[in-house]
Parts: sequence; structure tokens; C-alpha cells
Amino acid sequence: MTPLPSQSDTPLVRVHDLSVRFAGTPPVHAVNNVSFDLAPGEVLGILGESGSGKSVTLKTLLRLLPERKTRITGTIEVDGQDVLSLQGRALADHRGGVASMIFQDPSLALDPVYTIGQQIAETVIRHEGASKTDAMARALEMLELVRIPSARRRLDNYPHEMSGGMRQRAMIALALACRPKLLLADEPTTALDATVQIQILLLLRDLQQELGMGVIFVTHDIGVAVEVSDRLAVMYAGSFVETGSVRDVIRDARHPYSKGLLAANLVGAVPGTRLDAVPGAPPALSALPEGCSFAPRCAHAEAACSASPIPVWTGGDGRWARCVQASRAEAMAGAGGRS
Amino acid sequence: MISFILRRILYTVPIMLGVSLVCFALVHISPGDPLVSILPPDASVELQQQMMAIYGFDRSYPEQFLRWLGRAVQGDLGNSIATGRPVASEVFNAVGNTLILAVTATIIGFTLGGLFGFVAGYFRDSWIDKLATAISVIGVSVPHYWLGMVMVIIFSVELRWLPATGAGPGGSSQWIWDWEHMQYLILPAITMSVIPMGIVARTVRALVADILQQEFVSGLRAKGLLDRGVLAHVIKNAAPTALAVMGLQLGYLLGGSILIETVFSWPGTGFLLGQAIFQRDLPLLQGTILVLAMFFVILNLLVDVAQTSLDPRLQRG
Repeated sequence: MTPLPSQSDTPLVRVHDLSVRFAGTPPVHAVNNVSFDLAPGEVLGILGESGSGKSVTLKTLLRLLPERKTRITGTIEVDGQDVLSLQGRALADHRGGVASMIFQDPSLALDPVYTIGQQIAETVIRHEGASKTDAMARALEMLELVRIPSARRRLDNYPHEMSGGMRQRAMIALALACRPKLLLADEPTTALDATVQIQILLLLRDLQQELGMGVIFVTHDIGVAVEVSDRLAVMYAGSFVETGSVRDVIRDARHPYSKGLLAANLVGAVPGTRLDAVPGAPPALSALPEGCSFAPRCAHAEAACSASPIPVWTGGDGRWARCVQASRAEAMAGAGGRS
Repeated sequence: MISFILRRILYTVPIMLGVSLVCFALVHISPGDPLVSILPPDASVELQQQMMAIYGFDRSYPEQFLRWLGRAVQGDLGNSIATGRPVASEVFNAVGNTLILAVTATIIGFTLGGLFGFVAGYFRDSWIDKLATAISVIGVSVPHYWLGMVMVIIFSVELRWLPATGAGPGGSSQWIWDWEHMQYLILPAITMSVIPMGIVARTVRALVADILQQEFVSGLRAKGLLDRGVLAHVIKNAAPTALAVMGLQLGYLLGGSILIETVFSWPGTGFLLGQAIFQRDLPLLQGTILVLAMFFVILNLLVDVAQTSLDPRLQRG
């Protein structure tokens, strides 16, 4: 598979042939042969429905999955470090120091019996060996950075004393406290009200531009993905099926699943007509079909779709889609002379 | 926080009043004449009435209650019918002995229970979890008077390592923390610690296992905390609930165990209560129950305050 080429020579993240299996009978193939690069300061949006393996991919980058039940193969490099070989203190230094994570529901991801200030300061003390006073000062600075009003007072608040949007801002402040080079955002707006969602998205985009970190943003919402990302990767049944710049994928999706996702969008839908939802449900990750996983739901499926390996169509600027028809269409276009 | 404590203390006043009323009433609704046990069977009616007057049983119930309450507040719980000695000093002695036993049992039970529970919850479904769970289930299920007797048979009768009964040469009033006395404490304290150990272990195991399942633990790991840092968070999250359970258990132990104190002839409140019941010694019974109930009320107050200061979610609720 062709990885995304990056703008600079040394990518911040280099994932190659990553697969994640959860032990069980039968084992669950949560992530299958995923490869991608992320340049420093680049925002990659991973788009997919629930259970497509996007959160698992993200958690694997921090090695947050339960070790005993998980088998990870492939390679992950973040900032030149081989993440899969990290152990003990080195792994803890990676988490929160080099790469940190924003969770979907901040009311679950923050410790209920510690104040926001304590939780941020704790991270700073852990990674930078700062004194308590300095760490608290940094916590205040971070709360101001994420534009929490009356930040000084909020330092002493417990998570349950804040609103959902405020909590997510605090979570972002916590994640950014040690200036990570990579920010992993796991559906950070899904648990929020629509109006608050937009505020958080804008905040994230501003902070990304201000601090210049690389971001991997996981979501099932195309609108959200388009809003924040430079590049998109569409994920289905544990595999990337199409990647490319946001513009290219939105304007000219090649994989039938990406097309389906775009068609199912509410924007531009005619009231009173049925939405073009993608029919059927994703396959069980414990029993993936041979060949293209999307074939059973695909309107254009043919015999060639259930034979491995599925050919990959590649376009310019790191675009590719893994689809029999996309590849054939290109071949025919190529034979007929390029326009 | 201070206003919460004051309010909470204020709440205990009606509770204490209610408790004392129940104490008083309990004894009076129980059938039988309290003076039967000290009067000769052929006592004259005159003598009976004289004794009734001395103990105040001839007045109306509300009057008896108020007089009894008034004296109780001043520390006078009347005289024991059986021995004639002041109830307050009898109870005071017994409470001291029970405290020695209960606190020792508590330290053993809570330390072991907390440890077993934590390890079991942290390494859930491992062999160490199964072992700790088995120990705690056995601890809760085995009848402790039976365990006491078995321990006496093994360690006192067969091995002759430890004395079987009593509280040492100083008796009930002069306890000293030396080996001569402490050897009397070991068997009853261990026997008494088994149930709280089991209950605390099971509670803590469930708590820790539940907390480790929560997403914020992933959050803690994601921000780079080492295991000991995560551990501190788990302990602080588990503490309020664990504390409530421990407080309740401590309350039960402070009440003394009639069974254990009887098996080991330990002169504590349980032993005293047993005596008072069998001898129909009403003032002693009332006094003992009242003091124990007050202990429970105060202990609950302390647990509430401690719990509230540990869990911010309770504070403003």
C-alpha cells in the first residue's frame, strides 16, 4: 500500500502496515494493514462510522489498549521513536509529552475527585519536573490559552462543576500542557451540543495553527472532518479505503464507501426526500470477508471484489483508493488518453 | 465545609433523642418485672413497692423517661440492679475493654482487607484475585464464635501457646500493653477481625475493579502518569466508599460482639450486655445500649465528615 507522502522529509508520524487484533474466539481484527505518514503541523482527519477501528488506531499510537488482550503488528514511529518498543518510563514520557490525547467525553475522561488545576499541574510536574507553584502557573496559562473565562477561579473547580464545553476546553488544556508535537483527538465534539461543537472546533483549529502541532482527528462527521483537516483518510472495517487532501476527496471521491458517506450528508439534501444512506451494516470485525470488506454493501460489487488483493488506484498528491472499479476506470481513462 | 459540619452535628441531636427514647422504651415493653431477679420469691407487697420507689418504677413512663434522660445527660445512668454499682462506671470499664479489642481487630481487619481487596481488584481475574476472593468469602461466611472455639482448641488447648479466656492478670480495669496482657488479646482480636476483613476486601475489590474500568484511568495513562501516579488516583477515588463501609464495620465492632466476648470471656460491652440480659438488669441494659448507640451516631458523623472532605461531589450536593 502506498503511504501518504509528506510535505517535509522527516514525517512526525510514520505508521506502516499497522494491524491490531483483540484476543478472543474468534479474534477481532480491529485494524488491518493501515499505513500513513503525518507531517509536522499537518492535520489528518480519519473518517469512519462507529466500529471502523478509528479510535483503536488512535489509542494504539499511545499504546493505551490493554496489553494482555491486544496483539499489535507493524511499525509506529512518532518523532523518530519506535512507539511499539517503548516500555515503562519511556512509554510514559511518550504519553502526554510527545503525543497526547483528547477524549470523546470529557466528563468521563477527567478524574472526578481532583480539581482541573491539580490534573493539569500533575502532568506538568510529571513531564517537566516543575515545582507545584510553577505547574499551577502553567495550568492557569493553559486555561487562559483555551479561553476559559475567569480561569483563575476555574483552577479550583472539579469537573462536575463545569459545563460540557468548559470541560472539553479543560481537557484540551490538559492535553496541550506539555506542548506535545502530536495531538490525538478522539471525536472531541461528539458528546457536545451543536453550538458548543463549533466553538471547540474553531478553538482546536486556532490552537493547531498557533502551536503548530500535528493533529490526528478522528470523527464520524464529515462536516467536522472537513472543517479541521488538511488530509482525509476514510476508514472502513479496520482499513483505510481512500486518502487524499480534503479538497480532492470531497470533490472527487473514488471509493464507493466515501461516495456513500458524502451522499448521506444532510447539507444540500432536499426536504421530504429520503437521504441516500449507505445500505446495510459494517461486517463483524471477527469475520471479515475475503477481498474488499465493503463489497457486501456496495451497489457496484462484482466477482473481482471478493478476491485479494484489491488493486489500489493512485492519483497525484498522495491520493489513493483501494477499489477494483476506481482502478479500472483509471486504466481505461489512461488507455483512452489523459485529458 | 464548616457550615456542613455544624449542620451535620445539629442533625445528630434529634437522632440521639430518638435513640434514647427507643432505649428507654425497649426495656419497658419487654415482658417481666425488672425487680424479680433481686427480690426473694416470697417478698411482701410492701417490700416490692419500696423497691419500686427506690428505682423509680412507680412513676409514669414520661416522668421516668425525663428523669432518666436528665440523669443520663449528667453521666448518671443509675445503679445496676444485680451488683448495686453505678452503671456508668461498669459501662465505662467495658467500653475501654471493647475499645482495646475492637481497635486491634479493626487494624488487623482493615489492613488485611484493604490490601487483599486492592490487589484482587488491581489484578482482576488473576490467580491472586481468586485467592484473595476465596479468603474474603471464607472470612464472611465462617461463623466467628465457631472460629473462636476452634482457635481456642488449637492454640490454647492443643498447642498451649496462648491463654483461652479473660483479659489478663490486671483484669478489666488495669489494661497494660505488655505481653502478659496482650497474649490474651490475640485470639479474640483475630477472631473478631475476620468478618470486617472479608467485607472490606470484597468492597475494595469491587471498587478498584470498577474504577480501573472507567475512562479517566485511560486519561491518566494518556497524560503519562506512571503506575504509582495512577494508583494514587485510584485510591483517592475508592476512599470515600471504602471509608463508609469501614466506619460501619468499626461501629459494629465497637458495639462489642456478644458471641466473641462470651466465648473468650472478654469483659467488654458485649459481655456486659449478655450479662444484663440474662440477669434482667434493666438499668445496666439501658445504659449499655444507650452508650453504644451514641457511639454509633458519633461514628457515623465522623464518617460523613471524612467522606465529604474526600469526595468533592458530595460537598455541595
